[in-house]
Amino acid sequence: MSTASISLSKEPLVRFILRRADDALVLGHRLSEWCGHAPLLEEEMALANIALDHLGQARALYTYAAEVEAAGLDEDAYAYRRDPVDYLNVLLVERPNGDFAHTIVRLWLYSAFMSLWWQAMTGSKDAQLSAIAARAVKEVAYHLRHAANWLVRLGDGTAQSHQRTQMALDQLWPYAGEMFTSQPDEEDLIATGIAIDPETLRQAWLTRIMNEAAQALLKMPTAPFSQQGGRSGNHSEAMGHLLAELQFMQRTYPGAQW
Amino acid sequence: MYTQGLTPETETPVRAIGDEAAMARFQARIDAEQRIEPNDAMPAAYRRTLLRQISQHAHSEIVGMLPEGNWITRAPSLRRKVALLAKVQDECGHGLYLYAAAETLDATREQLYDDLLAGKARYSSIFNYPTPTWADIGAIGWLVDGAAIMNQIPLCRCSYGPYARAMIRVCKEESFHQRQGFEIMMTLARGTDAQKRMAQDALNRWWWPCLMMFGPPDTQSQHSDTSTLWKIKRFSNDELRQKFVDATVPQAHHLGLSLPDPKLHFDEISGHWRYGDIDWEEFRQVLAGHGPCNQERMAARRKAHDDGAWVREAALAHAEKHKARAA
Repeated sequence: MSTASISLSKEPLVRFILRRADDALVLGHRLSEWCGHAPLLEEEMALANIALDHLGQARALYTYAAEVEAAGLDEDAYAYRRDPVDYLNVLLVERPNGDFAHTIVRLWLYSAFMSLWWQAMTGSKDAQLSAIAARAVKEVAYHLRHAANWLVRLGDGTAQSHQRTQMALDQLWPYAGEMFTSQPDEEDLIATGIAIDPETLRQAWLTRIMNEAAQALLKMPTAPFSQQGGRSGNHSEAMGHLLAELQFMQRTYPGAQW
Repeated sequence: MYTQGLTPETETPVRAIGDEAAMARFQARIDAEQRIEPNDAMPAAYRRTLLRQISQHAHSEIVGMLPEGNWITRAPSLRRKVALLAKVQDECGHGLYLYAAAETLDATREQLYDDLLAGKARYSSIFNYPTPTWADIGAIGWLVDGAAIMNQIPLCRCSYGPYARAMIRVCKEESFHQRQGFEIMMTLARGTDAQKRMAQDALNRWWWPCLMMFGPPDTQSQHSDTSTLWKIKRFSNDELRQKFVDATVPQAHHLGLSLPDPKLHFDEISGHWRYGDIDWEEFRQVLAGHGPCNQERMAARRKAHDDGAWVREAALAHAEKHKARAA
């Protein structure tokens, strides 16, 4: 093992798995940044739980990607030794935590999508992905419930919390659309029932989001889904800092086992 | 662990509380190893001593999340990252559990926590030391949690029921953390030169502060007498410190690391490892707020509390509105 970056596989199934693994890793990492700094102790526990679920999903997916790629890589090689352009997560998950409202809105937008996505993936023709989905679908149900409950508390709570939550929704909304994009190399996987087309989940997602936003007394943003690029490796400035921390040890101490 | 019992306080003498007969009945229950439960009669000083100890312990768990939390985003592998996050989460769980135990003594978590943030309550001196390298995560698990276990196992037999029961669960988790920490140190000690150096450096920095965790020497301990009489405390500070040294020195040797104490030697006659002089002035300075990280630790807790105020207010406001709408 060295500190050199691994090159990204061209195999569509590997890339498909890495896209979702990177979403989970990056969001798990972001949520773990809250540890020790959450607004109340119960929320320390909850955010850590949710972060751990995401890191667990990332590990399962990376391990499966390694098996499919069969290039002698492991979960850490994928997680720690890629160049920034080779991370394939959506921009939404790499958004900085911001205030608690931002963190909750980001989790809510993402989990509302992922609950549909994992549910659909339980029917994947790929037995391993279907098995990972069967576990994740239970986890994401809790993430979504937790985020939606907070959304209502914050939206309905005080003038300040309402304003902060509305602002978070307005600011994060342009990033939500990237979740529904699929990549050209996923066509065959979708056709063969291994992957699903995320576009098919858009209406159910929107219905749920509109319903819960209404319960939280929030106005639906009208801005377009203008922010995309993470899926093809075009990341935000924030991602570089995230990776600088994430990769620090693996890059600094070549070849070491931890 | 994490209660060094140095809060300057003028304890009301035991005998002044309640009448002689009630005191005798209380002591007889203690002597008969009966557990005291929240609704039982107890001397005010017993309640105060426990409240101080349990709340200090709870505060220590919460402040103790910070030095290790410092490495979650930089953990060197996914396995380590998950284990560390889960561990820090366990500490928060211990804190919550202990605040709940403290609340059985007529205190509220909010009030206890406000005391911490106001600098009126103490937490363990050990969490005022920094974690500059990954090896510190191994050293904390191995040494700090190891020292905590030495102190907490006897607390599982503490006379106060809720505290004793909390300790049973906490000890199980701490033992797991301790093994995890030792395993991190083992990996480093068997690793590259840079990793070995990192491990030795961490041991050098944590060894003496860990010995201080057991509190001042028996000759200077203020609270030990009544705590022992009431079976809150089963062993003296020095007894526990010696147990820790005896258990840990062979582990350090097994790792191939050396201990930063030129006077350390094995005493064949007593069968104990004898250690050199502890710098109690350093301990006093750290407790007085002058340790390397006192300011950062408290600033971080206050910032989390202040930044979270609007969230807690929103949750309360929503609950009120929800109740009003339901009525």
